Amino acid sequence: MIAEAGLAALWLAAGLAAFQFLLMFLALRSDVEVTRAMRAIAIVQGALTLLAFAMLLLVFARSDMSVELVFANSHSAKPFIYKVAGAWGNHEGSMLMWVTILAVAGAFVASFSHRTGERTLIAGLGSQAVLALGFYAFLLIASNPFARLFPAPPDGQGLNPLLQDPGLAFHPPTLYLGYVGLSVAFSLAVGALLTGEVDSRLARAMRPWVLGAWILLTLGITAGSYWAYYELGWGGYWFWDPVENASLMPWLAATALLHSINVLAARGALKAWTMMLAVIAFSMSMVGTFLVRSGILTSVHAFAIDPERGTFLLALLAIYVGAAFILFAVRGATLKEGAPFELVSRESGLVVNNLILSVILGIVFLGTLYPLFVEAISGEKLSVGAPYFNAVAGPLALVLAVLVGIGPLLSWRRERRPVLKLLRIPALIAATALAITIILAPDIGILPRLGFVVAAFLAAAGILPLVRRNPFRAPLATWGMVVAHFGIAVALAGMAANAAFTSERLAIAKTGERLNVGPWLVQLHDVTPTAGKNWTAIEAELHASRGSGVFILKPQTRYFSDPPTETNEAAIETFWNGQLYTVVGKSDPSGGWQLRLWWKPFVTLIWAGGALIALGGALAMLGRLWRLRRRGPSNAEWRKKSYA
Amino acid sequence: MSRSLRFAPLALLLLIVVALVWRLATPANTNVPSKLEGKPVPNFALPAALPSKPTLSSADLATGQPRVINIFASWCVPCVTEVKVLQELKVRGVAIEGIAVRDQSQDIAGFLARNGDPYERIGSDPQSRVQISLGSSGVPESFIVDGKGIIRYQHIGPIEQSDVPMILGKLEQAR
Repeated sequence: MIAEAGLAALWLAAGLAAFQFLLMFLALRSDVEVTRAMRAIAIVQGALTLLAFAMLLLVFARSDMSVELVFANSHSAKPFIYKVAGAWGNHEGSMLMWVTILAVAGAFVASFSHRTGERTLIAGLGSQAVLALGFYAFLLIASNPFARLFPAPPDGQGLNPLLQDPGLAFHPPTLYLGYVGLSVAFSLAVGALLTGEVDSRLARAMRPWVLGAWILLTLGITAGSYWAYYELGWGGYWFWDPVENASLMPWLAATALLHSINVLAARGALKAWTMMLAVIAFSMSMVGTFLVRSGILTSVHAFAIDPERGTFLLALLAIYVGAAFILFAVRGATLKEGAPFELVSRESGLVVNNLILSVILGIVFLGTLYPLFVEAISGEKLSVGAPYFNAVAGPLALVLAVLVGIGPLLSWRRERRPVLKLLRIPALIAATALAITIILAPDIGILPRLGFVVAAFLAAAGILPLVRRNPFRAPLATWGMVVAHFGIAVALAGMAANAAFTSERLAIAKTGERLNVGPWLVQLHDVTPTAGKNWTAIEAELHASRGSGVFILKPQTRYFSDPPTETNEAAIETFWNGQLYTVVGKSDPSGGWQLRLWWKPFVTLIWAGGALIALGGALAMLGRLWRLRRRGPSNAEWRKKSYA
Repeated sequence: MSRSLRFAPLALLLLIVVALVWRLATPANTNVPSKLEGKPVPNFALPAALPSKPTLSSADLATGQPRVINIFASWCVPCVTEVKVLQELKVRGVAIEGIAVRDQSQDIAGFLARNGDPYERIGSDPQSRVQISLGSSGVPESFIVDGKGIIRYQHIGPIEQSDVPMILGKLEQAR
């Protein structure tokens, strides 16, 4: 019954979405008063999808093997948390989660959005409804999560062991919230293009959604990077894998949008560009979902190729993005640009930021799809990997990071203050950093060295917006910006340290043998079998020391029975100045064990930086909400009027 | 904004959709043929992995005699079984050169002492640079190079006992 109730809720929600979309046409054609009806429908639609998703969680929590999806992705012996997380660790469940977030976001817009004009809100809600409608159709026609199996099998096939990790409970929902949060920016942009009301009010209505989505994407990417680092056992934090790129591309677009939206909100400029970015950001989310779900590109996130689903998703993508682009092409000309600005100004700084981010986005997009294009045209097979991305996007990212230090110091419209003078101290610090790296580490590559220099410059320049005023009276949003920009410097320093100073040791060792890696002496003390709830493992005991004190690390190779898979569980010891990363592999016929050891100085800064960037976003969000509350009364007035 | 510029995103989208439709219609063949077969070995010069053996450079490969270049590592478990097959090839008169990837000389010495040593020369490739330039993505892999230094065959994974006749045949063709 539970599964059937979920399915019924989905059908009802789909019907309501269709009705909501039709109401939008009615409202835009004639002046029928539909705002209240649309708001109510959007809220009920959101509640129904939420109900359907809750039903899916319930059948997974109860290990109801008569539901095909549970049978294929769960097992009664699994720990409870992975039973629940298994609900979205598969195609159908994750698509249901996607549409749930989409519909709930629509419901939130309907309940709280009162900053845009009424017609734009109606058009935006209509657009959100038609987005949801396509994905309901996809679920109901091509990937029903509630399909039954008869007779019910005795037990399930289990979840991919790589996904049996606390990270899974957290990582996909975070990314999905981010992806789909961008749908609101898309819908509002489409709505505003339909009504022509592209103004600073629209920007202010969009901003919390973009900011919220961007925070979650930042967290999701950072967490995903750390997950890949410790779970895949190869010590890398970013592989330029198509699926990783699929999450990076919406983030890059959202970062650009987050900055250009400020120009629109404050100065009424960059109208067409901001609308384009809002469309692109969610389009990139859909491209990412399509790439992941169709299995069209080879990836470590190996999902099966399914042409029917791929075609369906591609059709949705083409229709939505195509319609938005056509709308943009037709209506873009009618947009009048707002207040002008001079060559050296905050606006032009943000334009350069946007241009560089867009070029990096283009580079990542091209690199991800290039093999496909080449094979389509010449039949030649190739793959694009880290050497391309690092060499092309790396230098641009460094240039951008330098500008991140300078941009916030410029004032709106026209620069009157002596900014170069202000930058003397950061420049001095950067020069000192250069001198230190040349003296202490003469042999490192040019990119890591520049990374250190730029990180030092940005760390110093990034806090200047707080230095010139009383930092405790600065708006929370300014604090947010400073923290996020400082986070970029921190992450950059971590990447540079990892690239420059990582030491690696691969060896076959017998028990008792000692190996050197970086400053460490690691002894293989013992190898013993061990077992968990649904796996068995061999576990190595390593004694690591540098000077005084011994640290014990216990990496494992785990063997899962359902489905039969082998995973490496790295043992990682974190110190203030780096991480010791150890992996045990296969045994050698002569009785030795394959050991992989890395000493990674300051590698944790990469994720600490990512967390700081997200924290900066959260501070800015808090600041905006705080200001909204103080202005509460005037808003309440507006709402009363619009409901009356 | 000019009209053509406003329609540019739409044109780009169409292009991408066409490529994706093509891919959905023609599922990928994952069998990738080696790019380097028929091409000369890229130039390289590796230091000796062991003090007791000579260095290995691309110039050592164009000496008129076909040979096997084996990419291996002491930490690689399949290499242990492979090296015994390589010994057999050596007994049959095949010249075998080694490239030790991400390895250290004392580990290599131990590996050869335990499992036997079929190699004439062993170059040390600590950063996998030469391995990558050869288009090899894992260990073990082997290449058959003819007397002019042209790559004739790339073997991915260990050479097993059952591969010996095939390898000898390829070497004969390369002569």
